[in-house]
Amino acid sequence: MDFITPPYLTQNVSVRRVMLQVLAALIPGIATYAWLLGPAVLVQIAIATATALLAEAAMLKLQDKPLGPFLGDGSAIVTAWLIALAFPPLAPWWLIVVGTAFAIVVAKHLYGGLGQNPFNPAMIAFAVCIVSFPALMSQWPPVNAQATFVDQLVLVFGQGPRLDALSGATPLDTLKTALKLGEGSTSVATVTADAAVFGRIAGHGWEWVAAGYLLGGIWLWGRKVIGWHVSMSFLAGMTIISGALWLWNPAHFANPLFHLFSGGSMLGAFFIVTDPVSGCTTPRGKLIFGFSAGLLAYLIRVFGGYPDGVAFAVLLLNLCVPIIDLYTQPPIFGMKK
Amino acid sequence: MTRDEFRQIAANGLWKQNTSLVQILGLCPLLAVTTNLVNGVMLSLATIIVMAVSGVAVASLRNLIPHEIRIPVFILIVASLVTVVDLLFNANLHQLYLVLGIFIPLIVTNCIVLARVEAYANKNPPLQSLFDGVFMGTGMLWTLALLGGLRELIGNGTLFSGIDMVIPGLHPLQLLPANYPGFLLAMLPPGAFIVLGCLIAWKNWIEARAAARRQRRTPEPVAAGGCH
Repeated sequence: MDFITPPYLTQNVSVRRVMLQVLAALIPGIATYAWLLGPAVLVQIAIATATALLAEAAMLKLQDKPLGPFLGDGSAIVTAWLIALAFPPLAPWWLIVVGTAFAIVVAKHLYGGLGQNPFNPAMIAFAVCIVSFPALMSQWPPVNAQATFVDQLVLVFGQGPRLDALSGATPLDTLKTALKLGEGSTSVATVTADAAVFGRIAGHGWEWVAAGYLLGGIWLWGRKVIGWHVSMSFLAGMTIISGALWLWNPAHFANPLFHLFSGGSMLGAFFIVTDPVSGCTTPRGKLIFGFSAGLLAYLIRVFGGYPDGVAFAVLLLNLCVPIIDLYTQPPIFGMKK
Repeated sequence: MTRDEFRQIAANGLWKQNTSLVQILGLCPLLAVTTNLVNGVMLSLATIIVMAVSGVAVASLRNLIPHEIRIPVFILIVASLVTVVDLLFNANLHQLYLVLGIFIPLIVTNCIVLARVEAYANKNPPLQSLFDGVFMGTGMLWTLALLGGLRELIGNGTLFSGIDMVIPGLHPLQLLPANYPGFLLAMLPPGAFIVLGCLIAWKNWIEARAAARRQRRTPEPVAAGGCH
């Protein structure tokens, strides 16, 4: 006779299944991205995926671990896709190779592999590259630059000169620079009136990519792959600080909607801070983690020197995870607090 | 002093108790000055001089120094030697002196110097202490040279940059193509930590392999039956 033990209600959850669903959820964002900007982003995703799998295989081989189950779980592919989406789409190919290899080798495997990494590997890749190659990491093509696929491939693989026409700043960076140069004489409204860079609510075109991530995120949420705590508190943290500053001085601070749909906010809220390994595990801890990450991301992107702050905010909060988890342990059922 | 004793001091300094890879001492100068090979080597040379002379000085005076106040006395001896080295660098290698900056005076607070004086020179005769200082310093020298060289190569694509400050007329080597963008992280403090971590792992790997080989050569005696 077979004994059946609780829990009786089980869900078919495996790392592979979760990772595949995360990849599927990224597809709306990627499709919008590729449609607006051309297939360069798909090339970057392919480079990142190949690098991630090779690096993962090499590290597994060095540790004498079986290749099949670890390569097949898809976690390296998720990291690779997130890196490709966080990097500028027309960056030279070696940039994403360096970033992805660093993420897999140092941020993931040197810390013990899947489930052991204290930092989000994709954000480590971004931080390493933006610190090391700030110029290349800040060149974002405007979505209306009609570059052919061949032009894009030349930029990604060629050694040719990097055309200024194809490498602008992000809408966030454009706004920050314009406000700084204007020294109080320009307002957010006049800067964002430029339809070439800015769209209805945020960056021209980029707002739709962000909407794609939002769609994928909501689907993941509906499938219960990610919880609501950390995503919602991340968006809340960003909304509260940006809303407060916007109400105080609307000429100098963009509205919350602009920030939610700019830069890495949506990708961060649904795909980065939701990382179950490097994030908090307690419910209250998740709220603190997400809220602080959103707040910090806003502060770094608006007052700091880098074009976006999501990566640094997430890495700083990753450092705080042990202490947040320690102080937010829920009481054991039946015990008084 | 026997040949064996000498060999042991050398092995300890260069490998077994390497200050940077095993004792992990003096991390502050290690992180700050190893942005290139020349800086690392020159700071190590300054440290070697201080360690050798302070070793001899402390070993000669060890029976006169009151035990209770030995640390202040050691620091005084080390500090006066560092002042000499500092002035020497300032006079003869002024450009390099400006680059190394505060890290030459900071040799006083380098725990490697104090640790060797307290742990070795305070208990051993002058000749042994001299060699201990020299070899401990040389252990630091090759590690810092390797670390500085790797960081410089990865971060900048060059080797021996700044050599003209030490030997006028020589030029740094450009090992990687001139359009190498430079991996800035290697030049920043986190890069130093990462490269140092890799070097420590490399040393441990070599030792583990050597230990495994030794074990294979002398098979363990088969345990005789019985209760344990």
